[in-house]
Amino acid sequence: MPTLHTVNKSPYERSSLRSCLDHLAEGDSVLMMEDAVVGARRGGKFVEVLKAARPSCTVSVLAPDLAARGMKADDLAEGIALVDYGGFVDLAVANARVCAWL
Amino acid sequence: MLRARGDRDLRFGIVVNEGPYTHQASDSAYRFARAALEKGHEILRVFFYHDGVNNGTRFTVPPQDDRNLQRQWSELAEAHKLDLVVCIAAAQRRGILDANEAKRQGKDGDNIAPGFRISGLGQLIEAGIQADRLVVFGD
Repeated sequence: MPTLHTVNKSPYERSSLRSCLDHLAEGDSVLMMEDAVVGARRGGKFVEVLKAARPSCTVSVLAPDLAARGMKADDLAEGIALVDYGGFVDLAVANARVCAWL
Repeated sequence: MLRARGDRDLRFGIVVNEGPYTHQASDSAYRFARAALEKGHEILRVFFYHDGVNNGTRFTVPPQDDRNLQRQWSELAEAHKLDLVVCIAAAQRRGILDANEAKRQGKDGDNIAPGFRISGLGQLIEAGIQADRLVVFGD
């Protein structure tokens, strides 16, 4: 019964990404959307904690929100998946519930 | 209880806790709803709560080169027969009224947008029970 966790604030601004990662169960998925996408930047401060959440969990970034902030797929840290809104829907379907870390 | 229709078609409930143009919650919820519908899923209800009720006033007049979130929601509701519900207590606090409420409160007009209706928190609870997934957007 895995959970999709959505995080929508920059981890440089709020602690919701950190709280989310501390509560992950094996097989869960994390979607970084809106301002949270900046936390997945290659070489950034949060790359290591995101890496620690894998391989038991998947971490994805919402591509339109990444593009809206002037970033490209190449700017992301290793191992982070890129999804569009359809992919967001698929993640919600594939998991048993969706938990928004607001 | 998970209620799967067909193989992978699910019923989604969507909650919008933030107003239009405040940050991105209403935009994200709208784009998620469209993507879900395009994939053949059902949107059981969209519940607008807290400042999210401000998505439901038809007096919204953003600049012409900006998206009109209220109109987007109204048009999506029209096209897909969506149930857009505005929380009554949150709406009263923020001046979102339908004709009945305006009359009841002695106000000289109403502003509820097409496709939206005013109801209570029970509608959110019901969506939480009946939907396969409840997805929350806010700040």
